[in-house]
Amino acid sequence: MGTDSGTLKKINLNVPVTLDDLKAIEIGNVVYLNGVVYTAREGVYQRVIEDGWKLPDDFASISNANFHCSPAAVRDADGSYRVGAMTGTASFRFSKWLARWFEVSGARIIIGKGGMTFDDYKKYFVPVGAIYLTTVGYGTGALLGRGIKKVRDVRWYDELGIAQAMWMIEVENFGPFIADSDLAGNSLFERENAKIKGNIDKLYEGTKPPALHRYGETDDRSEELI
Amino acid sequence: MISQGTIKETALKLMEKAAIEIPDDYLSGLKKAAAAEDGDLSSFVLHAMLENYEAAKEDRRAMCADTGVPRWYVKMANEARIDGGPIALEASLRGATAESTNGVPLRPNRVHPLWRTDHNNNCGIGAPEIEYSFEPDGEWIDLTTVHKGGLFGTDYRMLFPGDGIAGIKRFYLDSLIAFGKRGLACQPAIIGVGLGGSKDISMVLGKQAACLRTVDDRNPDPKIAALEIELKDLGNSIGMGAMGFVGKSMVIDCHIEVGYCHTGGMPMSVHAFCLSSRRAVARIHGDGRVQYRTDPAWFTPYMRRETVTWEPTAEPSRKSI
Repeated sequence: MGTDSGTLKKINLNVPVTLDDLKAIEIGNVVYLNGVVYTAREGVYQRVIEDGWKLPDDFASISNANFHCSPAAVRDADGSYRVGAMTGTASFRFSKWLARWFEVSGARIIIGKGGMTFDDYKKYFVPVGAIYLTTVGYGTGALLGRGIKKVRDVRWYDELGIAQAMWMIEVENFGPFIADSDLAGNSLFERENAKIKGNIDKLYEGTKPPALHRYGETDDRSEELI
Repeated sequence: MISQGTIKETALKLMEKAAIEIPDDYLSGLKKAAAAEDGDLSSFVLHAMLENYEAAKEDRRAMCADTGVPRWYVKMANEARIDGGPIALEASLRGATAESTNGVPLRPNRVHPLWRTDHNNNCGIGAPEIEYSFEPDGEWIDLTTVHKGGLFGTDYRMLFPGDGIAGIKRFYLDSLIAFGKRGLACQPAIIGVGLGGSKDISMVLGKQAACLRTVDDRNPDPKIAALEIELKDLGNSIGMGAMGFVGKSMVIDCHIEVGYCHTGGMPMSVHAFCLSSRRAVARIHGDGRVQYRTDPAWFTPYMRRETVTWEPTAEPSRKSI
């Protein structure tokens, strides 16, 4: 099952994952998950970290994989939930909460769009033995939708709404994801950026900046937006 | 007279089609890019996307769970008559947006910018956007819905005539590289470039160029058409592919739309549509017949007219449906 990973190495992980499981992961591996995955983003982070809302007891023993995502989902009249597709959202925006989030949640996997910075990996991920998985595309929403077995629980639906609630989802062969970071804090995205940089410098050779500059503008093409 | 029942029913179907069915023109373009891609990571991503489109169609589930910001484009032929008028039309389009959010389902994305109020139906103040254009002759209306992402891949800049074509290319590269890293722009995509107009119109033209023209469609001005191809090739020569990995598939096609601007300026916008290029179109005829298609045929000779009054030319409409 799952997309042919071509020359890329494919790994299945059971969630909750152990530190030992993650030792096998190298950046650029294609990863599929089995077990329970939950969504948490700015709404949950603010309430739990800043306002003291409580996570379930033994939370990390239920799941330690946090997906930066909101599902395409609906609560039907009988109180049941339907999830069609799932797609990651850009993770760099959540950097400021991560140190505390790892502490209170025990997360070892963060899933989302586009990875985080090398600094985030060194400061927040490496000390707690966590890695980052990026969604593919973005996004393979329908493929991820197929990997959902059922919605196990939805916390704070009424308080936060569909997009920001915490969805706890039972998954099987849930993927594909690509490992952006490993336990040492290496980053696939930053490695690729570095490879492309030389060609970009050549493309710009001989061009001149526009007549009207903009505040904070730089000619350093290795700089990133995030 | 076109009934509201037909409009609502058509709009519901369009919302579903846009979310689930990848348009044929984009799919062919992406398949070509996937065949040519030799970066191992980029190539894996493109094949996963192709598989995702199949899964979406087979299961009738959304291709991407990020609904983007669903919007409507309405083109009315001059003799079209709508039961209840434009107020009823807008109610039907808003109603279809809300109902299909719960029906497909689509993720409710629209919130108040400050209070983050979410009606869980993708409707609110100014949402969904509804844009209009008109066309001489005919009793039909064309409805197009586009579900484009709302956060990354778009930029605007005031250039000046002295910046020239070289300045256009440089800003184009700036935008593609900035938003291409880590794949924030969800490339490879159809890239739209708006040139001229006032600042707001420059943005509107670029967005419409990205979302409302199909792969391989060319601007009728031969020099602009040549620039479109040059910009497409330039984007694919950056060395960057899907998700910002090493590769060569960044731009599936590039479309440029122009509007007359201030004599001292040359405003420019760049818009990346996305890997799911969600658009769906239907024509509702005066007699109630409905025809579905994926080409919005938004930019017509009438839309691009330069003269004070509309003077139909002998040449046939570039896109007769």
